[in-house]
Amino acid sequence: MEKNIKILVVDDFATMRKVLRNLLKQGGYENIVEAADGIAALQIIKNEKIDFIISDWNMPNMSGLDLLKTVRADKELSDTPFLMVTAETLPERVISAVKAGASSYITKPFTADVLNEKIAKIMEKMG
Amino acid sequence: MDKKFIDAFVAGTADVIKTMAFVDTKPGEPYIKKDNIACGDVSGIIGLTGAVIGSLALSFSESCILRIVSNMLGEEITTLNEDIRDAVGEITNMASGGGRKILADGGLNITAAIPTIVWGTNHSIMHVLGGPSIIIPCSTADGSFVVDLCLKEK
Repeated sequence: MEKNIKILVVDDFATMRKVLRNLLKQGGYENIVEAADGIAALQIIKNEKIDFIISDWNMPNMSGLDLLKTVRADKELSDTPFLMVTAETLPERVISAVKAGASSYITKPFTADVLNEKIAKIMEKMG
Repeated sequence: MDKKFIDAFVAGTADVIKTMAFVDTKPGEPYIKKDNIACGDVSGIIGLTGAVIGSLALSFSESCILRIVSNMLGEEITTLNEDIRDAVGEITNMASGGGRKILADGGLNITAAIPTIVWGTNHSIMHVLGGPSIIIPCSTADGSFVVDLCLKEK
């Protein structure tokens, strides 16, 4: 599987971005960029070719859900794989993420294996 | 406070620490705490509403949280820096989510606010209900932490 994809990690907690980077590295992904919220993420997405987005749900300024909706509404970005991350486990949350076009959904806490399997499955589906 | 709340949040906390930091947790005997002085060196607190109202706090000794966060980040952290405070907020958030998931499976829906972090010697934990709270002391190979719960069923 392609490991050189550029992954954008979006989370308002700097430490969680570091944790995600560490887990992704364990899966062989090294090409990682970071953003602290949805607005910063959009700036990056517009300036760089991003192959995969991993975003936290709850963030100030622009939530992960709003970022997802914005990405899906943009013709040039709409196909970008989008993995939603949250500590929330309520079924309504999963449904609203899927309805908004999330490629998949992962609940914290998770291991490197679980995260990297999710990414692999999404990338497989994308062909 | 019903034992199921204690069990759920202790299990949620232990799961986060085991999954994200590979650290095993051994819970001890619960006791009641009447003051608001934290049991640890750095604490996260999160408000809860729904089937219960109140708050969950996690309070870590320095040695314990340094090991947990070092393992989470894959790099050695030796002082209580910004990474540690950030991580305590995230751990508190995830522990709350894990405990709430267990309770939701039993039909008790609870939502959480955004965690706040406090630190320093003898810092205070200000529970939403004021107190008293139930402390569940937990030990790990690298030091201790407590689950500090102050809840009222609706």
